[in-house]
Amino acid sequence: MSTAYDEATEGKVYSVNGADWDEVVTGVRASEEERLVVNMGPQHPSTHGVLRLVLTLDGETVTEARGVIGYLHTGIEKNMEYRTWTQGTTFVTRMDYLSPIFNETAYCMGVEKLLGIEDRIPERAQAIRVMMMELNRISSHLVAMGTFGMELGATTPFLFGYRDREMVMDLFEYITGLRMNHAYIRPGGVSVDLPAGAVDKVGEFLKEMPKRIKDIRKLLDENPVYVRRTKDVAYLDLTGCMALGITGPILRAAGLPWDLRKSQPYCGYETYEFDVATERGCDVYSRYLVRMREMEESLKIIEQALDRIAGPLKGDPVMIEDKKIGWPAQLALGPDGFGNSPDHIAHIMGTSMEALIHHFKLVTEGFRVPAGQAYASIESPKGELGAHVVSDGGTRPYRVHFREPSFCNLQGFPAMAEGGQVADVIAAVASIDPVMGGVDR
Amino acid sequence: MTSPDNLPGAPESGETPQVPVPAVPEPPVARRGMFGAQDTGDTSGYGGLVVRRAPQLSTPRPYGGYFDELVDALALDDAIDRVVVDRGELTLHVKRERLVEVCQKLRDDPELRFELSLGVTGVHYPHLVGEELHSVIHLCSITHNRRVRVETSAPDADPHIPSTVGVYPGHDWHERESYDFFGIVYDGHPGLTRIMMPDDWDGHPQRKDYPLGGIPVEYRGATIPAPDERRSYS
Repeated sequence: MSTAYDEATEGKVYSVNGADWDEVVTGVRASEEERLVVNMGPQHPSTHGVLRLVLTLDGETVTEARGVIGYLHTGIEKNMEYRTWTQGTTFVTRMDYLSPIFNETAYCMGVEKLLGIEDRIPERAQAIRVMMMELNRISSHLVAMGTFGMELGATTPFLFGYRDREMVMDLFEYITGLRMNHAYIRPGGVSVDLPAGAVDKVGEFLKEMPKRIKDIRKLLDENPVYVRRTKDVAYLDLTGCMALGITGPILRAAGLPWDLRKSQPYCGYETYEFDVATERGCDVYSRYLVRMREMEESLKIIEQALDRIAGPLKGDPVMIEDKKIGWPAQLALGPDGFGNSPDHIAHIMGTSMEALIHHFKLVTEGFRVPAGQAYASIESPKGELGAHVVSDGGTRPYRVHFREPSFCNLQGFPAMAEGGQVADVIAAVASIDPVMGGVDR
Repeated sequence: MTSPDNLPGAPESGETPQVPVPAVPEPPVARRGMFGAQDTGDTSGYGGLVVRRAPQLSTPRPYGGYFDELVDALALDDAIDRVVVDRGELTLHVKRERLVEVCQKLRDDPELRFELSLGVTGVHYPHLVGEELHSVIHLCSITHNRRVRVETSAPDADPHIPSTVGVYPGHDWHERESYDFFGIVYDGHPGLTRIMMPDDWDGHPQRKDYPLGGIPVEYRGATIPAPDERRSYS
């Protein structure tokens, strides 16, 4: 279907609604314009959410590519300014919804830095954070690999990826009560200790997962179709990555072993043994290999964290001892859902008026955070996730800004796609693994 | 035992000697009372408490760690208003007209080499008269494994800050975002348009004078006001 000339557009506009290809093809053939401007998205199965790509095509070659974002902007940063510091975790967990644990950890580390309590977070809480983050890294990479395969025409990796991700989702549900949007990491520690049996379940996962990763590798590593569609495609070297501020697997696929877990450790990562995966191809295939190796390394870290949680740190607190900051972290499953443990309820309702007042004040009013600003950054599956947290001394954040790796990496997509084939645009976007919830926030 | 002789004499005329005290400019009040509650009476006994904003000061040397070395290597003291070391982080408050020069040197000087920029963000401080809008850049040096924060400010009446896209091309989207949310105009940006909000949006949503919005919600007979209408303890 063709529409009349629009003031805002440069040429004739065709919108394809199906069964009208003949009209479009004859219309385009008649035009003298060599260039074709095509809108991909904002709703397109290969754009990972509502991302719009404006591509200028010369035949099959992309001469100009522009990304248009903002379709999923939810004002999370603004909303947080009207809630307490602890409530903020329920907002940040929804940003990059495929790596919620990382969002929460970055935010909580920022708050803890402002409070000056980084050294007083219990070791058990840190080990649980590490374990949860690495589980989350695996689930995020599995989605990246699965959708990636599907967008290039291979549906089996998609099914494998989502099937295996379910195992992580089940663990998350068992531990936090929710499959996604956990709000599990809190300023001062984690919201609740691991439930009974969680260690065994993670242990079973550790036994099963290496086989599953191997299965995906068998499907893709040497698959000729896959390799030809990904090797030397969407090339971006180290110089390009540095200039555009690109971090994460894309940077490591350009040969730089920059991983904040190693270079600027947090949450005790310096005490875990693992390798940083790097490749030298600077292309989509290298990014794929880096992600696969990272999953294998994550399993090593989970194993070490689990040994500590089940061994020397067993029975330790999971929330800071400071009563002015630490939320009650002895939650239990009751008939009406997840909530404070019967012991805690009996204490505040039955024996101590002061404890009741304290609980009420801490939960409704929250704690004050000394004025100032802090920046905390962690290595999320997509790259450096930074939280710039500003306080004016009140019970609510004054300003929270997230340096979202998806946002920064997506900006580099034209550098990868321009000059390539239109089919490679999809591979380029997929190799960035953007999550629009994180990009737009 | 006590006799009237021992007691200090009552002041004869009620006059107390007045010592002249120079007037100290007091920083603005941040909060009154202990709990920020303005509506019902604060019965805690702290109702008269006055909390003032901390004055904005430079951190005296030595800054500690690699910070001294970094500021020395930069050697642009006249471009820097204040150097603040807080919570293990170094913040350079840079004069806005010198921002590009400072960034260029931070990136290119072999002793500094802040090659990775983590983006630009804004903060709106309506109470800081004359420097309401802040633009914050976080930089990371992979060569030396260091971090620094570069902060620039502009008054609300003249919200212009030079663009640093020329130094860090990755600032393109970040400056657009900061413009969109705070109305900071980055002079020299190749295409400063809105990025998150629709093109025809009015106002800049993350400024403090921009309301959050929302409507009261009724749930089981009780009405819960919109988030920005709820009682605040800040």
